[in-house]
Amino acid sequence: MKARVTVTLKNGVLDPQGKAIEGALGSLGFDGVGSVRQGKVFDVELTAGSEGEAQDKLKSMCEQLLANTVIEDYAITLVE
Amino acid sequence: MKSAIIQFPGLNRDRDMIAALTKITGQAPELVWHRESALPEVDLVVIPGGFSYGDYLRAGAIAARAPSIKAVKKHAEAGKLVLGVCNGFQILTESGLLPGALMRNRDLKFLCKTVHLKAENTDTPFTRAYARGQVVACPIAHHDGNYFIDEVGLKRLEDKDRVAFRYCGADGAVNDDTNPNGSVNNIAGILNEKGNVLGMMPHPENLIEPAHGGQDGRILFQSLLEAVA
Amino acid sequence: MTFRNDIDITKDLIADHGLKPDEYQKILELIGREPSLTELGIFSAMWNEHCSYKSSKKWLRTLPTEGERVIQGPGENAGVVDIGDGQAVVFKMESHNHPSYIEPYQGAATGVGGILRDVFTMGARPIAAMNALRFGAPEHEKTRHLVSGVVAGVGGYGNSFGVPTVGGEVEFDARYNGNILVNAFAAGLADTDKIFYSKAEGVGLPVVYLGAKTGRDGVGGATMASAEFGDDIDEKRPTVQVGDPFTEKRLLEACLELMATGAVIAIQDMGAAGLTCSAVEMGAKGDLGIELDLDQVPVREENMTPYEMMLSESQERMLMVLRPEKEAEARAVFEKWELDFATVGKTTDDLRFRVLWQGTEVANLPIKELGDEAPEYDRPRTEFKKPRPLGKVPSDFDVANAVFTLVSNANGASRRWVWEQYDHLIQSNTLQIPGGDAGVVRVEGHDTKALAFSVDVTPRYCEADAREGGKQAVAECWRNLTAVGAVPLASTDNLNFGNPEKPEIMGQFAEAIMGIGEACRELDFPIVSGNVSLYNETNGIGILPTPAIGGVGLIADWSKMARIGFEEEGQAIVLIGAPSQWGSHLGQSSWLRDVVGRIEGSPPPVDLEHERKAGEFVRNLIEQGITRSVHDCSDGGLAVALAEMAIASGIGAQVNQLNDVSPIETFFGEDQGRYVVALDPRNLDVVWEKAARREVSAFWIGNTGGDSLILGEARAISVEALIQAHESWFPDYMDDEPSAAATA
Repeated sequence: MKARVTVTLKNGVLDPQGKAIEGALGSLGFDGVGSVRQGKVFDVELTAGSEGEAQDKLKSMCEQLLANTVIEDYAITLVE
Repeated sequence: MKSAIIQFPGLNRDRDMIAALTKITGQAPELVWHRESALPEVDLVVIPGGFSYGDYLRAGAIAARAPSIKAVKKHAEAGKLVLGVCNGFQILTESGLLPGALMRNRDLKFLCKTVHLKAENTDTPFTRAYARGQVVACPIAHHDGNYFIDEVGLKRLEDKDRVAFRYCGADGAVNDDTNPNGSVNNIAGILNEKGNVLGMMPHPENLIEPAHGGQDGRILFQSLLEAVA
Repeated sequence: MTFRNDIDITKDLIADHGLKPDEYQKILELIGREPSLTELGIFSAMWNEHCSYKSSKKWLRTLPTEGERVIQGPGENAGVVDIGDGQAVVFKMESHNHPSYIEPYQGAATGVGGILRDVFTMGARPIAAMNALRFGAPEHEKTRHLVSGVVAGVGGYGNSFGVPTVGGEVEFDARYNGNILVNAFAAGLADTDKIFYSKAEGVGLPVVYLGAKTGRDGVGGATMASAEFGDDIDEKRPTVQVGDPFTEKRLLEACLELMATGAVIAIQDMGAAGLTCSAVEMGAKGDLGIELDLDQVPVREENMTPYEMMLSESQERMLMVLRPEKEAEARAVFEKWELDFATVGKTTDDLRFRVLWQGTEVANLPIKELGDEAPEYDRPRTEFKKPRPLGKVPSDFDVANAVFTLVSNANGASRRWVWEQYDHLIQSNTLQIPGGDAGVVRVEGHDTKALAFSVDVTPRYCEADAREGGKQAVAECWRNLTAVGAVPLASTDNLNFGNPEKPEIMGQFAEAIMGIGEACRELDFPIVSGNVSLYNETNGIGILPTPAIGGVGLIADWSKMARIGFEEEGQAIVLIGAPSQWGSHLGQSSWLRDVVGRIEGSPPPVDLEHERKAGEFVRNLIEQGITRSVHDCSDGGLAVALAEMAIASGIGAQVNQLNDVSPIETFFGEDQGRYVVALDPRNLDVVWEKAARREVSAFWIGNTGGDSLILGEARAISVEALIQAHESWFPDYMDDEPSAAATA
């Protein structure tokens, strides 16, 4: 099974990298860019008996390692 | 004072910390490989600085899940002393031993320079040799030292006097100009609730001899010596 | 996917491998048949400029490489120099110019990684790093981005690896617009009886692969480093290697642990053209053949062909010949550090380089000839033409304004913005951080000894007169080491030039080497390692000739070392080694370029005998405890030297001016072999006596004190304003550029 985990900073947590990228886009002449938040993407291949089981496993991976829930949110998408 | 140092692949200020502990306490720390699940009988466990696992997921994230860190937690629960410096501080927050998180510096750059710290709570085993409000010099060298904690957590830290050190100017001024990395409330080091775990970004171990251009860093180690004497 | 090793070797294919028709002819003669594709790749890697030094070898041989303290000169991973007490300093400098232009962060990072590996391959723990960086004009559209990326990359690798970066140079010039220079230096400490070399010994012994896995990174990279850039540069992006300092740090610890077990017979890091160059070198040096079985090589990507494996430049890899009885012990060390360890071949007695893959032999070449028979050229070169003498120079420029300009412009401003991104304190041994004349690191475990490091070259001098410029680069490096009180021991050279197939470039190259050789001989400063980077051109525009010299000096007692700042108020300022008018030479000076806007004339000549006498005198004053405040005069002459001493200390100075001499010449002339020292006036008599005995000039030119710098009749300059101006340029310039680290 393949899954994609997206980790982003929580709302309200300052994202200096995102801010810098936002500025860079502006200086490259891209108008109308509201805001940019930088995050991380993990493509995970795993074996699981069911989608539910996969979701559980991935959730636990996020909670324990992939995301720091003090500052980050995560989202899990099963790809196939 | 008996001490031990946890060694992770990628840490690189372990040698600095070993040298400082040896020179100041007169006793070399025991070295604990990260896969060990038990610690030797010591008064103080130190997690030194560096880039454990390259800081590849988040600074300190992978190391925080090592067996040795479980042992550090037990050591802390028993009321014994734990000091995390730089990457060690990051590992302590990632492991939940200390609250908050250390994010990328405000200017996004690695920063190595000597800054000033104000000793806030001086009623702990780590800080008892400082005078309250004392301003000391201390080097920093980090990329992810921007301390973050939510408002509730921050209030809890401040109300319980758990901020050990704050970044300040040579004159003691605590403001945005004297904040090298964007840390909330200029926080450079914090304590756990019981006051036996200290995490700090600056490197007192790099300022302990005349050759370093000053010895302000010694005060922290002297506090510990007094505390366990 | 199928890989065909026996395809037709067409003219295009040969050209794509950077081989000239006559070079290919030589290959045919050497092996008596057409090479396979893998073999062609191997030849292209071994015979390109980067690995074979085919254009430069003839000239490199003329350099002095031996000395009383030299344990190992050029030809190994790094040079080795005795520092007494059974210890040696191991060092080298190397360029990573082209990769850094294409991908600044990774290019610079892997440059640092490569040079650190060179040092610890020899058994030394790295204790200091430096870098010499050259970028295009500040206003050029790419410059900010390149500065940001290169600095973040140097820091990103070195900081994580854990070596203090204690010095370096950053310079801007439009001639580097399309071709920046990233030269990285590293030095390590080893016991003299535990130095490791690349020469294999013994037949039938395991050849072991260690470190990171092999991917397709940099396939063709060494060929790229030996080609000119065109506008298609962006298409070359896939060959960029990615650095992994975490793996390198583990590799360092694992190698040092392994060396301590006595298991290592020979070791060679995999740098340019990785497996090919390292295996051939180990075998050829030991008069042995090598057989490699590529099926055993740890790979990171699927379906890698033998061609790709042999040319991959994946970083953080080593090749070793081990004592078979120690193999298990060695494996345990590498498993502890979670690094790949694989026996990939063996040494043989047939002097062949054989490569096996999926049961077939994909290459079988004579191993000695691969290196020894590489082409060597005595390329045509044009005679050096002396530059036209400097025309009349206006004399009505304001001295104070010029000082401001020179300490606050792109090339004179503080580099703090750069070096604060480098960890310069790690290891707890740094005695002098960047910003002074030399970085100083104490020798751990020794009470008084320290090592000093400096890297120098003045490219505009080399452009005007390559021979004098070559001499000057050596002399300035030697002088910077002397200025902190060190005895210069030996040096490493990083020779960055344009296309050697152009006679004028080849002429410059030869002249510069002759100047370097002469200076190194006169100053007992042998070259023990180095690197040549040619073809630094974009669309036919060559860089300024830039032969960077990295030097190492030994301080016997660091408690006496000198620093650049004034020590205290009320000291006498003495100018040492100057002509009677204090300063005179304005040709090619910073003042002429940056204040008047002219690049003209001859560079200041270097009198090596004078250089030695003046330096020995200054060193003696430091060793005797007479002065702790010393700075050499270089870019910007006496005025800038004084300004930098004031800036470093926050202490002002009042300096006299001579009658009937142009203050411009006095203060901004760039005459060589001069030092400014500040000392207790009660010691002046001793200084005069010593100066007379040593036949070196010494003039009392003023005194320290106050909060402004007063140069003769010029208006007083507030030291605070100088500091402000000096510190502002870089942060202001970089303000708009998002940090490269943000996206790295």
